[in-house]
Amino acid sequence: MSESTPTAAESRRLAQEARARVRFEEEALELSDQVYRVARRLVGSREEAEDLVQQTYERAFRSWRQFTPGTNLRAWLLRILTNLNIDRGRRVQRTPQTTTLDGELGDYFLYNKLESATAEQNPDEERVLERLSQDSIVDALADVPHDFRDVLVLVDIGEFSYADAAQILDIPIGTVMSRLHRGRRILKSNLAEKAVPT
Amino acid sequence: MIEDPCERCEEMMQPYLDGTLSDAEVLEAERHLEGCTWCAKRYRFEERLRHYVRVAVTEPMSAELKAKLAALRTPLA
Repeated sequence: MSESTPTAAESRRLAQEARARVRFEEEALELSDQVYRVARRLVGSREEAEDLVQQTYERAFRSWRQFTPGTNLRAWLLRILTNLNIDRGRRVQRTPQTTTLDGELGDYFLYNKLESATAEQNPDEERVLERLSQDSIVDALADVPHDFRDVLVLVDIGEFSYADAAQILDIPIGTVMSRLHRGRRILKSNLAEKAVPT
Repeated sequence: MIEDPCERCEEMMQPYLDGTLSDAEVLEAERHLEGCTWCAKRYRFEERLRHYVRVAVTEPMSAELKAKLAALRTPLA
């Protein structure tokens, strides 16, 4: 029951740090399914997504001290992941081409198109939805240009807030909103094209 | 100029589902949806579509990758 010697204090500090580190790693690993889900749709193939997730965790575990406890760990991991993705040069891309379609097509467009292609009179919305196959959805999303897809994947697939998506991608929140809006329209126009080819 | 109420409702759909409308706008949209099955159906479709897309594009992580990530942990001293 005495004053701690410097060594005792030091070893207590080390033990504390070790515990914090274990906790950090456990929490990060618990989020890996969610991190992978987003990664898989940010890049083109399963292999790329797996590499990217693995590198993300390697870097996260190396730089765990930079994480501020109590802040959003999932967003922190995704920030690392998107930076790694940029480093790999995958995003060297022209400014996304403006399609003539969006802007003119309203938000009811996809429903109207699918419904008109359904034989039934006045079908319910589940029947209309069933016209979209899983493969066509995966392809339609992959065909959305990168800049729009990144936002779409983070917000609509990863369920990140606008603010988190802005931080992860290092773009203003207004840009997140406009890209999300455009991205959803492009996705719906792709879906309509795949389900009901013109 | 008087705007078509269904067009107005269509414009409010995304922000409505995102929860970014003001209280007054939410009320306006809901009042319209109560009386308009045409728009109501399209709102329900959109809500289901978002969920449907999320599920359709979700691919489970492989057990191999999961094991690789777990192996990155710092060994306990």
